[in-house]
Amino acid sequence: MSKAVSALEGVSHNGFVAVAEAGLRGMITLRGDLASAKMKKAVKAATGTAVPARRRIELNGDKAAAWMSPDELLILVPYADAVATVAALEAALAGEHHLAADVSDARAVFTVKGARAQEALMKLCPVDFNTLAEGEIRRTRAAQVACAFWKSAEDEFTLVSFRSVAGYVMGLLDVSARPGSELFPA
Amino acid sequence: MSTRLQKGGRLIDRTKPLSFSFNGKRMRGFAGDTLASALLGQDQMMVGRSFKYHRPRGVIASGAEEPNGLVGLGQGGRFEPNQRLTTTELFEGAETASQNHWPSLEFDVGAINDRFARFLPGGFYYKTFMFPRFAWKHVFEPVIRQSAGLGRVPQNRDEDRYEYAYAFADLVIVGGGIAGLAAALAAGRQGKRVWLIEQSAHWGGRAVVDAVQIEGTEASDWVKDAVEAIEGMENVTLRTRTMASGLYDHGYLLMYERIADHTPGDGRPRHRLWRMRAGHVITATGAIERPLSFAGNDIPGVMLASAVRDYVVNWAVSPGDRTVIVTNNDDAYRTALALLDAGLVVPAIIDARPEAKGPLPEAARARGLRVVEGHGIAKVKGSKRVTGVSLCVQAGEGAELETISCDAVAMSGGWSPVVHLWSHCGGKLIWDEAQAMFRPDAKRPATGADGAAMVTAIGSANGILNAHEVLADAHSAAGGKGAAPGAVCGEDAPMMPVWIMPQGAGPALRMKMWLDPQNDVKVSDVQLAAREGYESVEHTKRYTTLGMATDQGKISNINGLAVLSDALNRGIPETGTTTFRPPYTPISMGAIAGEARGEIFQPLRKTPMHGWHETHGAHWEPVGQWRRAYCYLRHGEGVHDAVNREIRNTRNAVGLLDASTLGKIIVKGPDAGRFLDMLYTNMMSTLPVGKCRYGLMCSENGFLSDDGVVVRLTEDSWLCHTTTGGAERIHGWMEDWLQCEWWDWKVYTANVTEEYAQVAIAGPNARKLLEKLGGMDVSREAFPAMEWREGTLGGFRARIYRISFSGELSYEVAVPASEGRAFWDALLAAGEEFGVMPYGTEAMHIMRAEKGFIMIGDETDGTVIPQDLNLGWAISKKKPDYLGKRAQERSFMASPDRWKLVGLETLDGGVIPDGAYAVAEGVNANGQRNTQGRVTSTYFSPTLGKGIAMGLVRHGPDRMGEVLDFPVDDGKVVKARIVDPVFYDKEGEKQNV
Repeated sequence: MSKAVSALEGVSHNGFVAVAEAGLRGMITLRGDLASAKMKKAVKAATGTAVPARRRIELNGDKAAAWMSPDELLILVPYADAVATVAALEAALAGEHHLAADVSDARAVFTVKGARAQEALMKLCPVDFNTLAEGEIRRTRAAQVACAFWKSAEDEFTLVSFRSVAGYVMGLLDVSARPGSELFPA
Repeated sequence: MSTRLQKGGRLIDRTKPLSFSFNGKRMRGFAGDTLASALLGQDQMMVGRSFKYHRPRGVIASGAEEPNGLVGLGQGGRFEPNQRLTTTELFEGAETASQNHWPSLEFDVGAINDRFARFLPGGFYYKTFMFPRFAWKHVFEPVIRQSAGLGRVPQNRDEDRYEYAYAFADLVIVGGGIAGLAAALAAGRQGKRVWLIEQSAHWGGRAVVDAVQIEGTEASDWVKDAVEAIEGMENVTLRTRTMASGLYDHGYLLMYERIADHTPGDGRPRHRLWRMRAGHVITATGAIERPLSFAGNDIPGVMLASAVRDYVVNWAVSPGDRTVIVTNNDDAYRTALALLDAGLVVPAIIDARPEAKGPLPEAARARGLRVVEGHGIAKVKGSKRVTGVSLCVQAGEGAELETISCDAVAMSGGWSPVVHLWSHCGGKLIWDEAQAMFRPDAKRPATGADGAAMVTAIGSANGILNAHEVLADAHSAAGGKGAAPGAVCGEDAPMMPVWIMPQGAGPALRMKMWLDPQNDVKVSDVQLAAREGYESVEHTKRYTTLGMATDQGKISNINGLAVLSDALNRGIPETGTTTFRPPYTPISMGAIAGEARGEIFQPLRKTPMHGWHETHGAHWEPVGQWRRAYCYLRHGEGVHDAVNREIRNTRNAVGLLDASTLGKIIVKGPDAGRFLDMLYTNMMSTLPVGKCRYGLMCSENGFLSDDGVVVRLTEDSWLCHTTTGGAERIHGWMEDWLQCEWWDWKVYTANVTEEYAQVAIAGPNARKLLEKLGGMDVSREAFPAMEWREGTLGGFRARIYRISFSGELSYEVAVPASEGRAFWDALLAAGEEFGVMPYGTEAMHIMRAEKGFIMIGDETDGTVIPQDLNLGWAISKKKPDYLGKRAQERSFMASPDRWKLVGLETLDGGVIPDGAYAVAEGVNANGQRNTQGRVTSTYFSPTLGKGIAMGLVRHGPDRMGEVLDFPVDDGKVVKARIVDPVFYDKEGEKQNV
């Protein structure tokens, strides 16, 4: 599917941390009864993980399930698998009130890498990083737009925003990571 | 004259000389200087002119309370007015310029105001410029504006950058003096997450200057050790150059960090605004010394006693060879002793108290100083600098008994705790009679969400001036275990409140006693306000401008309200204080804006095809936060021509519109049909799968709120299109009803607006274009109007809606946003042979108007109901209810007299101005001409070759053919005939081919 391109086509900047647009990612908004047996089975089949608890993200290689609200999950899969995954989720949840919508193309994904990754995000997101648990996803804002992020590796955060504001978010990350603006310089 | 001493200066580094300029004159200072200490070190006593009378002004203080020392600092993109000399660190090459004078600081024409001071009393503006009325706007205000204002407005774009940072802490301690340090030590040892911030570049506050002994060592050594110990604590964050500007509800504390003010151009952000959420705040903000009100107390060289001490000890700056001390307390004697230690002369200590017998006065006497008890200063001699003082008895009327020559006067009227942060969120104060100060009332603090105290004041900020007691207070307030650090510092004898010196001063002296030296408010002005009936301190403040200058009255407010209380013959607590409001000291506009400037000033939403539009002459139109192409300009073409070209091409060949911004919301579930029947005025539950229906949404009050095409996707799911600006609002509206009112309905919604790139392909050649792309049957027979199909079109996953907003044969095609640009390019390539040409939003607007289609925001403005727009056909008569139904049945909504939609055609073929009103006979109760209609949309139609318009007219649809008068600019009247709003292809043959 070479016609599909991400909003910024993978642009990146290197400051005191490295910020980059991470390219296309399959994403599915899944709403329903998160406690139901069918839901657990459907999520397991789609991502290989359990249904995440409140404010948690369950990671499994290139797949993940993230808690968005008491009746909404975000399912992450490789971009090419999104359409099939929606169909599989709908089949698995047939007969139960739910909504599965492919939002892969409605989003932009960024990575913020480096020992001071959280210092760049602290300038944009009103989040207490000291109390951010391992495996937690935080829905918040980056300056003036909605976003969500989680710790995707040691010294790395993955941040998701709406596609239309990808340029704005990259602008924010670029400025926030400029050398000399470290929040806690040694 | 003020000068640099040969020795001493704990903050300066004499091995690092720095050069700077003042009004173009080269000057020298040292690393560690403030601009104030550097200027005083070079005998620059006069640094500016006052606001109203343009009187010479010198530095009074050594910190944030300074009212006079304000300069323009920097050049070009780094110029900023009103920079406070006492809190600005000197850096190499600093360019400073004094303010509020013309042509020069030394000779200022505006100083003529001073001669006429008796004609410029408090409330002068209000009294003088009342009559004649027109003169205010045309004469007085322009003149006053010309002469008013401190400093110049920067003309260049700010070269620096700024940012926010969000932080969280259990405890934030504000103020890095010994109280703050002791509290940080105590709290840090308990493992709490603590921040300790200090507005200046140095730790230790006053204690290090006043040579207090703490735990057996000099205060400066104790401070150094304490800072080191705290730095070793992982859980404590230390910040200098960080000022707590304001405290707000729920422990929200704004902290202003001046990162690079002292290193301009080093690439770091200049300022950072910390948006701190604090569990608790301790204010260890110290106290500010008060001036005394005696005649001539505003002459350069009259300074606060503590500031004189600071300049000598911290920066080795002498205010002059001979400094007279005038005081009502013991603390000022420390200044006398510090001056003596520096080898300077103190001709006399004038103490207003009848008796001065405490340890400090005795120590002064023991060193041979003359202490004059029961006396005050009658008058300060000099104009641009102090040359001497005359003495009088404090109890008298000011008869001059003796004159003493001197270069400076160090005054102390007692201390005022810095209670700003304590008060910002409602912490109350009590009047401490013994110390003559307002201090925090621990019983009435600002409270947090849990009802408990959100702020604790400690040390001098809590009204405790003795270092030993300060440390004990700090230690216990921070929950310290064990004994508090102990200090040795002499006991001060009680002070005596002195609000006017001498107490019986007559009018001539009171007119020369300054309360607020920046805004020129004197004792006589406040007394005049009292005589004129001003009783509230808030009113008096505004009438006299007391405390309204850029220093916000840090040194003047208490003296002013004491004078007011005296004039009103009531106690100071009865008068009370004015309200303490953030920021504590001014913060830069840049810090408030943070990172939001230039490209990231605000989010700009871009469609997947944005890049193509940008490189093909898009003339942008903001729609919400989106940028949409209004039209595409070709070389040398005007906007009007481009729009006309795009319309003609769409009507004759085929056009493409980037419609990606249209809102798209999926509504799914067993109750989704019932839900949509409530949201839309028409019936959506009966829409067959595979079909589309135009729908209207109203507010509960019946007014038309949004419109769009609704698509039945499956048995239990619908896709609702909204207007571009309405997507988020309508999604929120849906969730509001689902979550708050109909929480038991089984409906889920998802806003998938950005998932799809959507292109309207409109025009007689639209079908040929899609057929060439291939893959889906788009024939008239297989794919009728108001239906949709899903499939693969030219290799793209596509959903096609056969809907038309232009009146042409039209398909709207949605593809995944990530493929949007490729799809757009494919359409352009395939359409070349059919004359394909993109069109912008203006062409869309005009084409819909030619067809008589309404537009939300043009034909609606929040007061229009669907019935007004003849949209009764889209209002279900069968449904028992929908949002807005009940409201539309109210008498005024159902009235036949409401203005209704019609078309309008000018008699001369021209275009009526948008918003023009049609006049009716007679005038209303206000003498205004009656009206009977207004224009809601108006364009030049290239298709018809004339102006067309839509409007709302009283009884409009019943008045076809009537001609209305629309008065426009310059007394002209446009005549227009009422016609059918469908101007083009009334039968709809073009779109049904």
